Amino acid sequence: MALVFSEKAQASYEKLLKRYVDKQAVLLPVLYIAQDEFGWLSDDALKATAELTGTPEAVVRATATFYTMFDKKQVGKHHIQVCTNVSCDIVGSEAILRHLEEKLGIKAGETSVDKKYTLSEVECLGACGYGPMMEITSRGAPGEEIKDEYYENLTVEKVDEILGTLL
Amino acid sequence: MAEKSEYCEHILLSRVDLENSTSIDVYLKSGGYETLKKTVSGRQPQEIVDVVRESGLRGRGGAGFPAGVKWGFLPKDSKLPIYLIGNADEGEPGTFKDRVLIEKDPHQLIEGMAITAFAIKCHTAYIYIRGEFAKGAKILNKAIDEAYEKGFLGDKVCGTDFKFDIYVHRGAGAYVCGEETALIESIEGKKGQPRLKPPFPANVGVFQGPTIVNNVETLSSVPWIVKNGAEAYRKYGTEKSAGTKLFCVSGHVEKPGVYELPLGFPLMQLVNEVCGGVKDGKKLKGVIPGGSSTPILTPEECENVNLDYESLMEAGSMLGSGAVIVLDETVDIVRVAARLGKFYSHESCGQCTPCREGSGYISGLLQRLNEGKGEEGDLELIESLCDNMAGKTVCPLADAMVMPVKGFLKKFRSEFEARIRKKAYQKADKG
Ligand SMILES: Cc1cc2nc3c(=O)[nH]c(=O)nc-3n(C[C@H](O)[C@H](O)[C@H](O)COP(=O)(O)O)c2cc1C
Ligand code: SF4
Ligand code: FES
Repeated sequence: MALVFSEKAQASYEKLLKRYVDKQAVLLPVLYIAQDEFGWLSDDALKATAELTGTPEAVVRATATFYTMFDKKQVGKHHIQVCTNVSCDIVGSEAILRHLEEKLGIKAGETSVDKKYTLSEVECLGACGYGPMMEITSRGAPGEEIKDEYYENLTVEKVDEILGTLL
Repeated sequence: MAEKSEYCEHILLSRVDLENSTSIDVYLKSGGYETLKKTVSGRQPQEIVDVVRESGLRGRGGAGFPAGVKWGFLPKDSKLPIYLIGNADEGEPGTFKDRVLIEKDPHQLIEGMAITAFAIKCHTAYIYIRGEFAKGAKILNKAIDEAYEKGFLGDKVCGTDFKFDIYVHRGAGAYVCGEETALIESIEGKKGQPRLKPPFPANVGVFQGPTIVNNVETLSSVPWIVKNGAEAYRKYGTEKSAGTKLFCVSGHVEKPGVYELPLGFPLMQLVNEVCGGVKDGKKLKGVIPGGSSTPILTPEECENVNLDYESLMEAGSMLGSGAVIVLDETVDIVRVAARLGKFYSHESCGQCTPCREGSGYISGLLQRLNEGKGEEGDLELIESLCDNMAGKTVCPLADAMVMPVKGFLKKFRSEFEARIRKKAYQKADKG
């Protein structure tokens, strides 16, 4: 099904254009908008992005696939990302990740069947003094603003508490 | 999230623990934007470049290149517009300092960028912020809006004819985009693959225009320096490493966090005094002094080293981004090496064969060692692969992997060997 950007998104795009002298430069911000609008960057979402920006689809695809924060598969409503880089690893991030795997019944890299959770092991998130830590990206309805939250100095108990607050 | 210490005046962190520190009113009350006003209404661009050059301020993003000197490289007669980019990609594992400056004092960064823009005759700037800092991007956007409202940004900065716009551009999860030319490609909407240098960004940067890329901490230092002068800044630090710097301490210390200290501060004083010592009274195994790309120091090497560009270079490591990772005696160095190997091979952009293939190969060998499946000769193989990567690539990411890996192998070799021997024993047992 062909996807179309909402009017609000198109207005944001027009505003973005004024920031750069070259129109391809809007690609990253527009891919973020596409992700907000359509949930993830499906082929149709990439096609819509190419159409909106007048950029060849191959170019849009090349850019989109380079960056890890652009989701090329559907992710869960809550994307739980645990940093396991060195500063976090040496203070116990692995135990946190294993606990989450057990609690959610999915492995790192997987999405739960009900599409409520995706669990990922990620690289340093710039919170190294406060490890173990995770970032949770939560999506509401399409077009609704995405919520992004860092949770730091984690313990297993704290993780359980946080999971309890996710709707 | 940032701790004040009593070791020097706070140049960068003076406002971080004020209530509502991100609001423009709080910033104005503490004298904010005064320096910008004075600069645009009464000073010459070259004067500002000179002050910053004389202050000895060096780039805080990792390489330590003198900021004023870099600004001086811009062509004098450019037909294309000059751009300024604030590098807020903060991707080097261990580093979490720019986040404090962005989330707690965004106006200091904005004022620093506006003064810098005036100095280098630039009218458009971008702040390239890593995608995961969604909160930081929001805070910055709000602060930028406030600055426009009060006339510190826009067509007439402080009522003068100086025009200056700042836009926030979010990255999307790629460590290599912290490298300045990859960052430029990324702003242009492309894959973040570094460009071959020369030409350097100061000549050909974003949208072909001359471009200055500076780290957030570098730019946040500018208002204080321009206000108080080069000599005042040089009161702190050493002859060649002037001023104060943020150190982000992680790992096994009692009080991890971000601390502002004069450059040249003794490493062990930071660990033992400022951060309350190694956690739970354990023994120190080593310190990675400047982010994951810098070679580890053994406890003996840590003893007499100071946190400045020259001392750490002399000790065979680097100041890098000021990310001090403290490892206690329980840390398994083979595991640390394997984890970092995985990181760099994941982040290689893939355009140079030595980096793409080498990082994957080395990472694979390190994983194998870590799992106790290493073979006799693996260490030598890793070392020869390292030698085939270093200095042979478009950007320094390959070196950023090779340097720490070689450091681990050299300084903790017996741990790697023991892991291989253990496997040999197990084999013999079974046989
Ligand atoms: C792989 C790689 C990653 C980098 N990441 C960052 C970064 O996250 N932030 C940063 O400021 N500089 C980073 N740099 C350094 C930049 O290329 C550049 O030197 C710096 O932004 C210049 O600013 P400065 O002179 O103020 O330090 C990185 C360099 C490399 C090679
Ligand atoms: S060294 Fe690695 S990261 Fe850098 S340009 Fe080459 S392949 Fe890309
Ligand atoms: S290492 Fe985990 S946030 Fe930096």
